[in-house]
This record gives sequence, structure tokens and C-alpha cells, in this order.
Amino acid sequence: MLPEAFTDALPRALQHLLEREQPIPAASMSRRTFLKLAGAGGLALGAFPLTAMAQEAAPKAGALKPTQQPTAFVHVAPDGIVTVAVNRLEFGQGVHTALPMILAEELDADWSKVRSRHGSNDPAYADPLFGVHLTGGSNSIKNSFVQYRELGARARQMLLAAAAARWNADVATLATRAGQVLAPDGRSLGYGDLAEAAMAMPVPEKVTLKDPKDFRLIGQPTSRLDAPAKSSGRQDFGLDVRLPGQLTALVAHPPVFGAKLRAFDDGAARAIKGVKAVLRVPVDRGGEGVAVVADGYWPAKQGRDALKLEWDTSAVDKVDSARQLAQYRELAGQPGARQFDADMAPLAKAPRHIDAEFVFPYLAHTPMEPLNCTVRVAADGAELWVGTQLPGLDGGAAARVLGLKPDQIKVHVQMAGGGFGRRAVPTSDYVAEACEVAKAARAAGLDVPVQLVWSREDDVRGGYYRPMHVHRARIGFDGKGKVLAWDHVIVGQSITTGTLFEGSMLKNGIDKTTVEGMRDPYPLPMRLTVHHPKVNVPVLWWRSVGSTHTAFVMETLIDEIARSTKQDPVAYRMQLFADQHPRHRAALQLAVDNSGYGKKRLPAGRAWGVAVHESFSSVVAYVVEASIRKGQPVLHRVTAGVHCNLAVNPRTIEAQVQGAALMGLSMCLPGAAITLKDGEVEQRNFDGFALPRIIDMPEFAVHIVPSADPPTGMGEPGLPPLAPAFANALARLTGKPPRELPFKLV
Amino acid sequence: MTTLHVNGRAHTVDADPGTPILWALRDTLGLTGTKFGCGIALCGVCTVLLDGHAIRSCITPISAAEGKKITTIEAATDGSDPVGSAVRAAWVKHDVVQCGYCQSGQIMSATAFLKSLPRGTQPSSADIDAAMAGNLCRCGTYARIRAAIADAARTLA
Repeated sequence: MLPEAFTDALPRALQHLLEREQPIPAASMSRRTFLKLAGAGGLALGAFPLTAMAQEAAPKAGALKPTQQPTAFVHVAPDGIVTVAVNRLEFGQGVHTALPMILAEELDADWSKVRSRHGSNDPAYADPLFGVHLTGGSNSIKNSFVQYRELGARARQMLLAAAAARWNADVATLATRAGQVLAPDGRSLGYGDLAEAAMAMPVPEKVTLKDPKDFRLIGQPTSRLDAPAKSSGRQDFGLDVRLPGQLTALVAHPPVFGAKLRAFDDGAARAIKGVKAVLRVPVDRGGEGVAVVADGYWPAKQGRDALKLEWDTSAVDKVDSARQLAQYRELAGQPGARQFDADMAPLAKAPRHIDAEFVFPYLAHTPMEPLNCTVRVAADGAELWVGTQLPGLDGGAAARVLGLKPDQIKVHVQMAGGGFGRRAVPTSDYVAEACEVAKAARAAGLDVPVQLVWSREDDVRGGYYRPMHVHRARIGFDGKGKVLAWDHVIVGQSITTGTLFEGSMLKNGIDKTTVEGMRDPYPLPMRLTVHHPKVNVPVLWWRSVGSTHTAFVMETLIDEIARSTKQDPVAYRMQLFADQHPRHRAALQLAVDNSGYGKKRLPAGRAWGVAVHESFSSVVAYVVEASIRKGQPVLHRVTAGVHCNLAVNPRTIEAQVQGAALMGLSMCLPGAAITLKDGEVEQRNFDGFALPRIIDMPEFAVHIVPSADPPTGMGEPGLPPLAPAFANALARLTGKPPRELPFKLV
Repeated sequence: MTTLHVNGRAHTVDADPGTPILWALRDTLGLTGTKFGCGIALCGVCTVLLDGHAIRSCITPISAAEGKKITTIEAATDGSDPVGSAVRAAWVKHDVVQCGYCQSGQIMSATAFLKSLPRGTQPSSADIDAAMAGNLCRCGTYARIRAAIADAARTLA
């Protein structure tokens, strides 16, 4: 549900939110958006996004006054260390290296002295385009590229002005290099020496950004700033937060989503050493749970295990996967709400047909760091420590639960051990739950910080899955592979219905996150209709969202048309792209050229597979080699062609592509399905819901198309084309195209 | 009371003898470098060394560690152990990490693996896969884990 405190602040910002067709952010922020901030010694510069400015005019936004801002984007310490505040959650994607690189580029900083830190739910750290705090939609670099360049350039101008004043020199004669201001006579001053004086300088009205040909950091393969800490156990994550007096809470969740508690006996739980309280708490979707609060995870878990619980599931729907699939199949036989239209008359008389049904299960995100949130409540406010993609929204949810105002909530964004969408929950499920537990604990006399921890079982069984889908396609085409009519139906739950994202994402009863990735870029006469059944299973975006299934459907069907008309799958796609899609062409060609496709002879039993897909404004093409060993599909080698415009940190992009591809592979392998029986999730941990292991990792080469255009995101686009490329290779081996994930080979 | 020898120091831990080593490390001794991932030895993020062997600390009770030496990521990578140091250096050089959460466990498994090899042995890719198959990484850092372990083995040879 929509946190009330945000209803008036969010819609403006959300009108664009996650709109896939939104343009690349246009350049310059006005000077008014740059406001100097008082920092603790040294130079501090903050940028206030437009929406935050707009919020300031609203009655509630008194806390947004710039003079009251305690934070800054860039801080130059007297010793020359430059600390860059990052307005995005770092959860593996490398944004805490790439955004500092962008700022340091224009600042002309000494990269060896650059550090990064997380922002918070402070208005300064909202997305400059959307005006809300958001890490998602592969937007971080795309939306903050200009913002961080301008921040760096302005800070540099202020340092130059300070040096000019110190030397009584004309600022135009001064230059900067690697953290120093240089005078023509050979004198130099370090940024650290100038920082304090620079802070007194006015924020410049206008700055000139570098010509991209002068970039010395952007575009260089750069090591992650967090690599040393993360390679030595020194990096703290949300789960490592340790506050004085802190207790640990585990919650017994209802076995069916939204179920109530009929009765419980906590006698045995309370008898366990270390258990401090057993508390009945409201949980997500109107359900109830029982929290065991203890001085550590182990007593809390033992206490939870010792609870005797009686649930009342009478008022909630109990989903059964087999029955649900039958219902979805039936729905797929009839048209739903119309997304695209085209003349379907040619379908009947087309010389060739494909009639295909695809099935995709629910999928859990299972980030390696189990979900957690630490809450400290005081009379006049509360603090949260949580690895979240939506700190503003989660702060709003905390305010609602705790009976506070949003500006009384401070969200300390924590380094997160993965997320993949699971830390961007419109209902703030686990954050709200943590606040409920903290509130109940405080009411019970435990006035201490509480860390809610979800066990892996809580995570696997806790909902918010990639929705299950059935696709049905009837395609009529001719002997040359020309599609005459394509009738397509998608059945799947809407992710955004009933959330505050609904206004921007749901149009004519169709959720954009369900249909993104369909049809385009192929010029197809497609009728696409959609059914959004209501199901008692919470669903959520899962890395690359709709493209997790639409890319599979589109790229396997395109391949099948090529195959059945004896055309090369690369040549067939290139012909369809024609001159309209140069980025698709370039990405695919780069992958083809580097893979040996069409030239190299594969070992017996191996086949090529190809797929290309655009998501979140970037295009990724894969050429893969696969075989079948002992009845199991094996992916041997992947060659990627990537088009993300300017590659800010090619090293991170390579890692993102490999990682997204492995997550794409995870959808194909046995164990990649969440199923329900009698309303209960059948999987519990990594035994039931399996992830790929190192033995599943193919050889992998990533090639990036050179470009100087404004960068697009790479957090997600590597995922969608992997599964269809793999499937297309298997179809060549078996003659039967896989149409269900995970793969079921007979 | 259980006496645990962790990273060269003895600690007296007042906890149920069935308490997994993981929670004694994290919640009692404040050594949070060792991570919690699944609680049933399926993901490997909690890996520590017990008398030099890689174990899953989430299912190994503290009672099993009495009289033995526990080594965690903090000590393995503090520069005192040549194998741990080589692994850490290779991890940084290859930029292995992404979210980084599983990497304490990956590094401990890799360290135990390299310690188990006869001096000068260069492991094959298949050897590395076999040794590391118990450690999950949802970010998909596996290709760089392979490269880093091979590199660390070369520097130790």
C-alpha cells in the first residue's frame, strides 16, 4: 500500500519512473540546483534535484532547506582525500566506483585518493530525473552521468578560484592535474590545502565540461574501490551492523501469504536462554507473525523453532501451482487487454505456422545476504540501517509504522549483498516488518536497537517473486520467413497494480513491466493482448523484469522462424533490423566476429545459439556454444557483444554482463522454480531453489561496441538474451525448441 | 563455557555447546567477516578453517571446535599467512568481487584448497571448479574466481 506521507510528493516524480522510453537525461542542471553545504572542514558541494526543490515548496518539506543539509556529494579533506557520496545502493553493480570516476574525471582528482560512501534518504540523494531515491531500472549511470560530471566540474572551479585568490593570480592562467592546482610559474597546491578556502567561494554559475576525448578516467578499465575491503572480510554489510545493546529478531511468518494467527504457545521459546521477548506482530499483506527477540541469531532461531503456532488460513486464497497453470493456459486461449494491434486476417491463410505455448515459473531473487533491517526508535525519530534500493520509500513506510513523519526517519543505506530487485519493494515488506518488531519491542520495554533477520527459508518462502507467466503465440509466415500475422497473449500477474508505481506503469489495464521487450525491434504485425490474474502470491521485479520472459519468447520464436525457413539466424535478424537498429546490428556483429560463428567448426555434439535483446536502453547479443551431456544441457562458451554507448568502466561492465548472464542461466537449470501447494511455497532453501555453481560457469568473453554517446545502464541488460541463446542452441541439437523454463529435456 | 581458539587467541564463550561456530564468531566475538547465507551448509559463505580444513561454520557447533584452531577471513587475509595473502592479492588484482557478500567464504575455500596442494602444483580449471563447487555466488563472479585462484597458485609456486 501507498505510504500516506508520500502521496503528495511522489506522483510528479513517478510519472517518469521506470518509463522505458524516457530519453537520455539532457545536460545542464541550473545553478540553483547546486547549493553549497556546510561540511565538517573542507569543501562540500551538494546537488538538489529538481523534485526536491519542488518538494521544498510543499508544506511538509521544511526539512529540505539546503542550509540544514548535513550531507554532501563531494568532500575534499585537508589531507587531499576526496570522498564522493553516491546516491545509489551498491549491491555489486560497481556504481560506487563508476560514479566516483565520473566526478573525479571533471574534478581532475588524484584517483588514488578517491573514496566513496553511501548516501541516505536525504533529498539530496534522490535520482536527479525522477526525484525519488531509487536504484533500479539500470538507471544509475544513465541518470547521474551529467549530475556527477557537473558536481566534479563545479568543485574544481571552486578550488581553482581559491588558488587564484591565494596566489593573487588570474584564474584563467591556472590548470589542474591529478589533485593539484598548477600555476604557470611552476607553483602548485594540493586540493587538500585549498579545500577550506574553496568552500568560501561562490558556486560557479556555469561550468564547461571536458571534451570526452580528454577523459583520462572515464573509459579506463578501473579496479573497484571496494575490492580490497570485500577481499578481506573488512566490508560491513547491513547484516553486520552492530549497535550498542542491539538485539536480533526472527519472525515466524504465516505459511500462506496474508494468513492470521489463531493461537500460539511461546512457553518453550521464552525458556530459551537469550530470548528476551516473543511478540505478535502484523506482517505483510495483512498477515500476522510472531517475532522472537533475542541476544543473537541463534537463540532467536531456537526460540522461533520452539514456538507452537496455529494459523488461520481460512480467509486467504491458497494457490496451487498445477491448478494455476491450468487456469493460465485457459486464459491464454482468449485475447486479453490490447497492447498492440495488427490485422490477424492473414493468419489463417499463411503458408506456414508456429503455434507455441511458453511457461515461466515464479522465481526468487535470493541475494546472498539474507534480507535484514536494523531499527533504532527514539521518542522524536527513528534510524534505519538497511541495504535498500528505495530508501525514501522505505523511510516513508517506517514513518507510517512508527507513527512518525518521514523527516523524522533517517535511513542509513548499507552496502548490500546482492538484491536484483528484492530490495526495491513497493510495500517495503521487510522494512515495515522490522519497524513493527522494533515498535512492539519498545512497547514491551525493550528500548534497544533491533535487527530483523530473515533466514534463507524466510527469503525463499517470503514471496515477491518474478511472476509466473504463460505466453501463447500463433504466427503465420511465408517461405521466406516474412511474418504475415503474429497473435500473442501473455498471462501473468501485474507487478505494479496496487502499488504507488501503478499510475506510471499501468496503462489501459496493462502493466508495462509485463510487456516490455515484446515485438520491438522487429517489424512484426503483432497483436499482443494481456491477462493480469489476481493471485495470492506477492510479485516483484527481478533483474531485467519483463525481459526475463519476453526476450526468451521473442528470441526463440524469431530463431525458429529462421530455422524453419532454412535461414541463418544471424542473417535473418540482420535483415529484420535493416537500417533501423544500428546498435542491435553492431552488438550482434561484434559477438559474431569474436565468437568464430560461421567460421569455426564446433566439436561434434555442440551447436551455436544466438540471441540479441535491448533492455533498459542497452543492447546485448550473445553467441553461445552448447551441448547435451547425460541428458542435461551444458553451456560451454559465451561471446557477448554489448552496446551501452560510452562505457564508463569497462571492467565493471564485463563483470555485470557475466553476472547477469549467469543469472539468466540460473533460469534454465534444474531447481529454478518456486511452486506452491495448498498456498504454501514448496521450496525452502538452496536445496529446493537451486543456483548455478562455478561448474556451471561457461567460458565468457565480453566485447563492447565503442561509442561516445551518453552512457546507458548495464545492471540488467546482460540477462535477457542468455536463456534464449542457450535454448536456440539446444533446439539445433534436439530439433525441439525449449518452451519452458527451467529446461525440461526429454 | 566453551573455549574457542580463534585467529590465535583464546576466547571463553558462554553459549549453548550446540551453537554454530558462525554465531559465536558473529554475535559473541564480533567477527562479522564470516557471513551467514543459508544456515544449512549449502552456500559456503560461512566457510572458516578448523585446524586448516575448510568447514561450514553455520552447521558446526562450537563443541566441535574445542581444542582446535579456528581461522577466519580476518586473520587469513591480514598478511600473516602467505597463502591467504596470495589469495587476497589475486582477488584484488582480478577484481573478483561484485556485491562481495559471498567472498569471505570463497576466499576461505580457495585458501584451504591451495594449502591442500603439494607445493608448486598448478591446479587445473577442473580442480578449481571441484574445490569451489560448494560456494555459491549470485552475482556470478565465478570466471574471475577461477582466474584468481590460478594466479594465486602461480605466485605461491
